[in-house]
Amino acid sequence: MPRSVAPWEIERKLLVKAEDETNPKYGCKPEERPAKAYIRFGVINLDKPAGPTSHEVAAWVKRILGIENVGHGGTLEAL
Amino acid sequence: MTGVLPVTLEEARKIVQALLLSGKEYVCVMKLHGDVSENRVKAVLKEFEDVIYQRPPLRASVKRQLRTRRIYYIDFLEMEGRNVLFKVGCEGGTYIRKLCYDIGEVLGCGAHMQELRRTRAGPFIEGEGNVKLHDVAYWFMQWQEEGDDAILKKFIQPMEKALALVPKIYIRDSAVDAVCHGANLTAPGVLSLETGIGAGAMVAIFTLKGEAVALAEAQASTEEILSMEHGVVAKVKRVLMPRGTYPKCWKSGEI
Repeated sequence: MPRSVAPWEIERKLLVKAEDETNPKYGCKPEERPAKAYIRFGVINLDKPAGPTSHEVAAWVKRILGIENVGHGGTLEAL
Repeated sequence: MTGVLPVTLEEARKIVQALLLSGKEYVCVMKLHGDVSENRVKAVLKEFEDVIYQRPPLRASVKRQLRTRRIYYIDFLEMEGRNVLFKVGCEGGTYIRKLCYDIGEVLGCGAHMQELRRTRAGPFIEGEGNVKLHDVAYWFMQWQEEGDDAILKKFIQPMEKALALVPKIYIRDSAVDAVCHGANLTAPGVLSLETGIGAGAMVAIFTLKGEAVALAEAQASTEEILSMEHGVVAKVKRVLMPRGTYPKCWKSGEI
């Protein structure tokens, strides 16, 4: 059986429906957000160590950064 | 278990759902409970490159009902005695411990998962901006002392990165605030969109500046949306951008 295509193997093209410009007065490119906002809308690609649970690791990140809330994408068992 | 664990900060928690649903890749050491030839192991691993049935384990955070998960690929890497090393690409929510157990059952000798490392969670990959806890602590302290924002970028990525694999629809500035208020996206607001969108699929609504506005459910395919002049293109499921970031350009009816 041929191997199926993983989501990260799909190539997508951008198709234009209409042209318009964006006003520089509003919003900003994600990588140009001021530090505070950059953190608030940020994600850390963390290398989870063995031992603690995913939940504990996320809680440590929260404490290190002194922020209110964190979440994590997909539990990795402790062990 | 070690490896890629995307941690979302504050507002970025809203994209967790997209990450949970995204595909994962693991490198796994499976321990066989008997002697089996390498060829037999390879053949059985191939059999699992398919849609498989799994019941979540006793200690699981989800309802224990039989469910299906797609295994995109299993690549045999090497085998030493009863230890088998393989790489598996699979749908989010696949239990690799269960997979090893089931492979053992088909082999006849039994098997269990010995070690597991996640090498990918959606767009996040091991080795590409994958940082350790002590790096986070060190760089954060350094940033606080020096105030150089380039240091933050060493370990924090914009939440938009987490949506890299979700097909996108780019919209006009004038449509942004309505979507931020939960309005569904209609055809006139659409500027461009990616191929491969199908009705019912999750899409990400973006501004021309590349900011995520919302997660939504497409109501039509890429081709259909391209030719639509009016009507709802995507139903908003999760707003990501704070209201008022862009000006309000819509007329409110009676309030």
